[in-house]
Amino acid sequence: MGGSDMSGHRVIIIGAGPAGTRAAQTLVRAGLRPIVIDEGRRSGGQIYRRQPDNFTRPYSALYGTEAERARDVHATFDALIPHIDYRADTLVWNVADGHVWASCEGQTQAIPYDALIVCSGATDRLAPVPGWQAAGCYSLGGAQIALKAQGVAVGHRVLFLGTGPLLYLVASQYAKAGADVAAVLDTSALGLRLRAAGKLAAQPDLLWQGLRLTLDLKRRGIPVLTGIRPVEIHGHPHSGVAGITVARGGRTWRFDGDAVAMGWHLRPETQVADLARVPFAFDAATRQWLPVVDDDGRAGNAVYLAGDGARILGARCAEVTGELAAMAALADLGHVADADRRRALLAQKGDYVRFASGLAQAFPWPADMVAQVGDDTIVCRCESVTAATLRASVGAAHAQEANRAKAFSRVGMGRCQGRYCGNAAAEIIAAARAAPIESAGRLRGQAPVKPIPVALRRTDV
Amino acid sequence: MTSPITHTDVAIIGGGLMGCSAAFFLAQRGLSVALLETDKVGRQASGTNFGNVRRQGRPIFQLPLANRAIRIWRNAREMLGSDVEYLQSGHIRVCFRERPDNIGKMEEYAQQAREEGLELELLSANALRERFPWLGPDVLAGSYSATDGHANPRLAAPAFARAAARLGAQIIEDTQIVHAEKLVEDFHLTAADGRQFRAPILLVTAGAWAGKVAGWFDEGIPLTPRAPTMSVTEPVPYAIAPAVGVMTPDEVETVYFRQVARGNIVLGGSTRAASYPDDYRSYVLPENTMTQFQHLSRLAPALARLNVIRVWSGIEGYTQDALPIMGPSARVPGLFHAFGFSGSGFQIGPGVGETMAELIATGATDIPIAPYAVNRFGG
Repeated sequence: MGGSDMSGHRVIIIGAGPAGTRAAQTLVRAGLRPIVIDEGRRSGGQIYRRQPDNFTRPYSALYGTEAERARDVHATFDALIPHIDYRADTLVWNVADGHVWASCEGQTQAIPYDALIVCSGATDRLAPVPGWQAAGCYSLGGAQIALKAQGVAVGHRVLFLGTGPLLYLVASQYAKAGADVAAVLDTSALGLRLRAAGKLAAQPDLLWQGLRLTLDLKRRGIPVLTGIRPVEIHGHPHSGVAGITVARGGRTWRFDGDAVAMGWHLRPETQVADLARVPFAFDAATRQWLPVVDDDGRAGNAVYLAGDGARILGARCAEVTGELAAMAALADLGHVADADRRRALLAQKGDYVRFASGLAQAFPWPADMVAQVGDDTIVCRCESVTAATLRASVGAAHAQEANRAKAFSRVGMGRCQGRYCGNAAAEIIAAARAAPIESAGRLRGQAPVKPIPVALRRTDV
Repeated sequence: MTSPITHTDVAIIGGGLMGCSAAFFLAQRGLSVALLETDKVGRQASGTNFGNVRRQGRPIFQLPLANRAIRIWRNAREMLGSDVEYLQSGHIRVCFRERPDNIGKMEEYAQQAREEGLELELLSANALRERFPWLGPDVLAGSYSATDGHANPRLAAPAFARAAARLGAQIIEDTQIVHAEKLVEDFHLTAADGRQFRAPILLVTAGAWAGKVAGWFDEGIPLTPRAPTMSVTEPVPYAIAPAVGVMTPDEVETVYFRQVARGNIVLGGSTRAASYPDDYRSYVLPENTMTQFQHLSRLAPALARLNVIRVWSGIEGYTQDALPIMGPSARVPGLFHAFGFSGSGFQIGPGVGETMAELIATGATDIPIAPYAVNRFGG
């Protein structure tokens, strides 16, 4: 059994990426034996995802400039394993009444906690583009994982579409790995980046990395277009993606390719926090509803959030907020707090917050493009719901916010539960009502966090 | 501060399926109606239930009401001008091997139901599995109704509300009535923001919240708020036409499922949790989801191979005998009730609306409503 300190406190950490690793390290140092539950087969999270056992690519090939950080996070976690109750390959599908419901290999248990530290990470923020339902359209994160974990590309000739650092990072990783990168198509104008340079300078080496990635892509002769609008992803129901047309000003470009990797920066994975009844508030800078936490990550009711699952502040900051959240949990459980360490971590976090606000300014979510997406464009891919159907739920059926629109139109009702259409649906609903985006509300999270089999059985009673 | 007072022939408190369909049929009879809903129409139990349009298994004395309702379901698309996804694809009720006495009960029920115009076909275990090969080996016998089916609860009440509005009814959402009383001829209703509504007739269709409204008129009706355990699977090729349920005295075995035309299978039953009408909250307890999965796997083992993508619940008002309160008040002339449907109001909903409209407009109905009298619990 695990999860408790000498006074019997049971602490559960969800997620074994950089935030979860540092949280676990902090708890173990304080004499606790936390339970660490992770969906991954191996620790590292998405950003420092490890390759399968029999793969032998070096850290430098897998993680580039972040190789040393990846190595350190992995080594830290590996050293912790004897001191924690580590449950890999395990899905947390619900949280209720002070218990985490975790499932593994068809069995589930309700595990009680005195403190719950949620390090649930992020997924891509996606925008609907005409034709994006074609086979061969991937999220940037998905395209990166295919390469990082399995050493495969999502296509022979890959088109990169969206905005944000990940757009350039993944395109460059594909190019380095020998994949044919057809084009990098950024919806953000270059001028925005220059205006955000002051804030981005809060992390000078990350700013420099970003510039190098762009230069590297251009040096390879890959077309990099900024400030574009996607017109259509061309494709066929059977053969999938064939290419893309984009426009800027009065001009259009067509690029051929058999796969699209797309994403508009990231969004926090907040389902677990939602099920744990953490309150949410609207964040104007990112036009999203985010869980409410204090500086240290406290979300109330013995729940703590850290890493990108709370705010998109990046992998480096996840290590900081992971430690902060664990320190907050320890303090709340009666352990003596290290005020100097806390101050130092909060100062580091402040720099990352400034950098993140620069990224939001440099690589904005294309709210207008999404709000004006054509009627026949599919908004919800899980349920194949078009913008026209969603707009009709607002018009004819008088839905005023996302959950009502979901009930009428099915947007967000499928297996992703609105992860990939929720942001866009809110924009479309708000625009259809000529109302502010926050009035469209947010899709309430419902269990299970990810699909669970009807064959799942409880084994703890 | 004074705001204009809304006067109508009938005021309705509660915009679920009962209230919305009553508003529609009252408006159709030419009465002016104000329907007052705290939140949005059809969002509570009417929008979160399983969606069974099932007559069989209801008390025999309820079948005339259920028959009236099914005629409305069949015409709903034309009558309302929008699709509520009614699918008359049959309903099968089965019993398990260890309860062979249920076969006799099924036969007896089928005989009585036939007299009320509901044809049921009794099927042996072998005949059942031949027709519905996805049923499990523990299923002993079944009763099949070809003329029942299912519909989409999320669409039904709002569709009635929109159709009522087209006939002139005022559908007033986001309006919580905090007090009502009868002064001389009229009921005086006060909303949380001070707006006033007056009508000589008041119909209470406020579901789990109706006990509070009835209490304003000294009609104390104990309602227990409960929350159903609902789940839905990922879509799979359409293969299961009828809605399926279990006949058993053991509540934990009472699971049911149906497949919608686009392929998802909606699962329900086995357990109910507490719900919290004062907070407008209900929760699916994870342990109930697990119990439900276990019993569903026994009823239809093939389901065990599917994934559930979402669970949900709602707030339902239960009476002591699980029968609704439906009819005139025992104390206040002009006051009518239709609530406490105890988790089985969806099918009869439109029939309740039409019957209440008839009762209010004409003073009488041929539908037997005596079993639902408000004063049957004494007091």
